[in-house]
Formats: sequence, structure tokens, C-alpha cells
Amino acid sequence: MQVPAPFEYERAESVDHALQLLAQLGPEARILAGGYSLLPMMKLRLATPKWVVDIDPLAAELGYVEEDGDAIRIGAMTRHRDLLDSELLAERAPIFRDAEREIADPVVRNRGTIGGALCQADPSEDLSAVCTAVGAEIVIRSLDGERALHMEDFYVGPYRTAVADDEMVVEIRVPLHDRTSSAYEKVNRRVGDWAVAAAGAALTIEDGAIADAAVALVAVGSEVTSTAAREALIGRPPTEEVFEGAAAAGAAACTPISDQRGSAEYKRHAAGVLAARALSRAAERIATGVAW
Amino acid sequence: MVKVTVNVNGVDHTREVEPRTLLVHFLRDDLGLTGTHWGCDTSNCGACVVLMDGEPAKSCTVLAATAAGHEIRTVEGLEVDGVLDPIQRGFTEEHGLQCGFCTAGMMLTGRALLDSVDDPTSLTDEEIRDAISGQICRCTGYATIVRSIRWAAEHANAKEELPA
Repeated sequence: MQVPAPFEYERAESVDHALQLLAQLGPEARILAGGYSLLPMMKLRLATPKWVVDIDPLAAELGYVEEDGDAIRIGAMTRHRDLLDSELLAERAPIFRDAEREIADPVVRNRGTIGGALCQADPSEDLSAVCTAVGAEIVIRSLDGERALHMEDFYVGPYRTAVADDEMVVEIRVPLHDRTSSAYEKVNRRVGDWAVAAAGAALTIEDGAIADAAVALVAVGSEVTSTAAREALIGRPPTEEVFEGAAAAGAAACTPISDQRGSAEYKRHAAGVLAARALSRAAERIATGVAW
Repeated sequence: MVKVTVNVNGVDHTREVEPRTLLVHFLRDDLGLTGTHWGCDTSNCGACVVLMDGEPAKSCTVLAATAAGHEIRTVEGLEVDGVLDPIQRGFTEEHGLQCGFCTAGMMLTGRALLDSVDDPTSLTDEEIRDAISGQICRCTGYATIVRSIRWAAEHANAKEELPA
């Protein structure tokens, strides 16, 4: 029987209450959001917090997807299911729906949250790559105030983020730009499984040339954003040749490992193919004005 | 220990439990509601699915303490006053189970799916298959499970009293 090691339980009734608990309890406390990352880690004793601060009561306060001027604001407790169903995201940042269709299964998506997924910082996790590709800012709050980090600064390493012991993620801000779209492509061994490899891409095309671009490769030991892929895209025309060249450059720069999901060689190949497909779909969406 | 009050099938149950108690064990061991099955422990198999506020959740990955404040519905809550739910009738009519291990979770997800749409008869097989895609039937009886849920969709008012 898999159950977590013993811990003390606190239930936060508001964001401020959660922040007070974190400040008071110190580094031995962990936030429990949807539970579908932390509880499995606790069952395996990969996480053994002394205190669990349950923020389930904050699901309404931190559960929203809203357009706000030149950004979409997503509450940290927004569940995967609501990201999948959001017409706003499907229209303005379609990479979210692409990815959510492939994340776990419908029952898990009913509970898992975007904030929980990002804080888990699993190198195979899909939403981290999605947020990277679209240049999202992760809003982190403590009793002292707020700060916002891009994924390059938020993600410190596997299972490690820049979120301090007395802080929590409260919101994800996705900037909106004209002539911009995005896409996500993933290969997994079976429905709902972690990625063997995956790629998220976002493109801005102005006057027939790529004005901005980001490629995030998943589960292949890549940088958070692929510098090589970006350099091969900026200023060039949005053609299949350019996409394939950039994807190949990104794949060449990553460092996958061989494991039960596949050989390093296969993962590198898949990452390149998926990155090219994601770039191509993003460009097609911009050209047709149809999100998907 | 932490004192939790969980509403299960319309009744509040208060117990003192360890904070680490998972909802599946709270239901089975503390409340004796063994209709909810305990399967893989890893939120993969879906045998432990219950409804939380009407939506399917894997109860092996929910703390009992978290469930406090939510309405939980288990397979025991499908039959009301001796009358089977149409989803239970469907699994009978269309032979939706073999070993029965996944059945409770499958029926609850089916119930939630039917409740989530205005016209259940409009549900496609693809939508039904997607809804149950987080749950495993190791007898591989998916075709009959889909037919069972469809039967319930088409017989929303089917009532059958349990034999006395």
C-alpha cells in the first residue's frame, strides 16, 4: 500500500492565510494544490514534508482564465480541464489546448492545476514548455509582495524552482501579441503518459519574416528555451526549410538520456521532428487566422 | 490526527484520521464503503474513481482531509431508495462488466458524463471513450462499457427496483 509518510496538515482559507502559514512553518512545509504531483512524490518518499498546506479551498479565488489588456491571466489553481476547455486560450494561445489534450487523462485533469504542474518542475512536464514557448510570466507572491519571473528564471533544474519557502505561485500571465501563434507536439508511449519527447513553439511573423520565436524541447535535456533554434529562426522567412533547420539545430543541442522511454538517439530525432511540426503548425495558424 | 467531516452520498461522516489518510482508504476502511475499489495506488488505473462535486476524481490521490468540504458520491450512492440508476441498468443490460473491478469507477464516470450534457443521446462513442480513457478495464471490456453508458444515455428514465 502506498501512502505518504506522516505529516502535519494545515488548510489555507485564503491566499494571505496560505502565505502566513508558509512564513510561519518554514522550509519543511509544502503546498498541496490539486495533489496529482505532490501526493505521488510523497507516496514514493521523494517528498517528505513535515507540514502540508492544503490550498484546495483557494480553487475559486485562484481559478480563472481572463483576458486583461495585452495578456491572458491564469490563476494558479486553474485546473487542466479548464485550460483545455478555455475558448480564450484556444483562440489566442492554442498551444495550451494542444498540450492539455495530451496531459494525463480526463479524470486527472479534473484536479491537477497549472500552478502545481509548474512548481513540480518535472523536466518531462508539458505546461512548463508551453509557458516557456509563449513567454509567460509566473507571478509569485509572499507576505512582502509579488515578483514575476519568466520560465528561464523560474525553472532552476529538475524538480527545483525559484519559488522560496515563504512564497507561492498565484498567477501565470501570457502576453498577447499580434501575428503570433503557437503549437505543441508530443510523442508518448501510450495515451496519458509522460512525453518520450515533445516540443512547444511560438512564432511572430511580420512582413513575411520571423520577428520573434521560441522553441521549448521537453524530456530531452534541453535548455529551457532552445537558443540554437531561436537563432536559426529570427529574421528568416517562415518556410518548411527554415523550420526544419531550426528544429535540427535545437535537437542537436539537447542532451537526452537513454531510458525505458527510448534511446537518446531516438529522442533526439523525435524532438527535431516534433519541433519542426510545431513551428509549421504555429505558422499555419498565423497564416489562416484559425487557431486550430 | 485531524478531525474531518466528509459528505458522502448526502450524509456527513465525521472521523478522526491521520492527515495522510487517502480518500479511498477513508471510504473503504473508516466508512466501510468498499464499493470504491483500490487499485494501482498511482492515479493510473481509475478503479478508485468517485465523484467530487459531481466530477470524477481518483480517490487514491486525494487526501480525506481535502475531501472535507466537497460532496462525494460513491457507487453506493447510485441506487436510491431501492431503485437502480439507469447507469447500473445499462451495465446489466449490455454486459458492461466481467470481473467487476473497474465497474464502480466506470459507472460513476458514466454518470458524470451523462449529467454534463443537456442531451445525453447526442453523445458520440468517441466522447464516451474519451471520458473513460483514464480508467483501465483489464478484462478489456471497453466495447460493452461504452454500450452500457450509451444504454443509460438512451434510457434516462429507466427505473428498476431491486428485488426484495
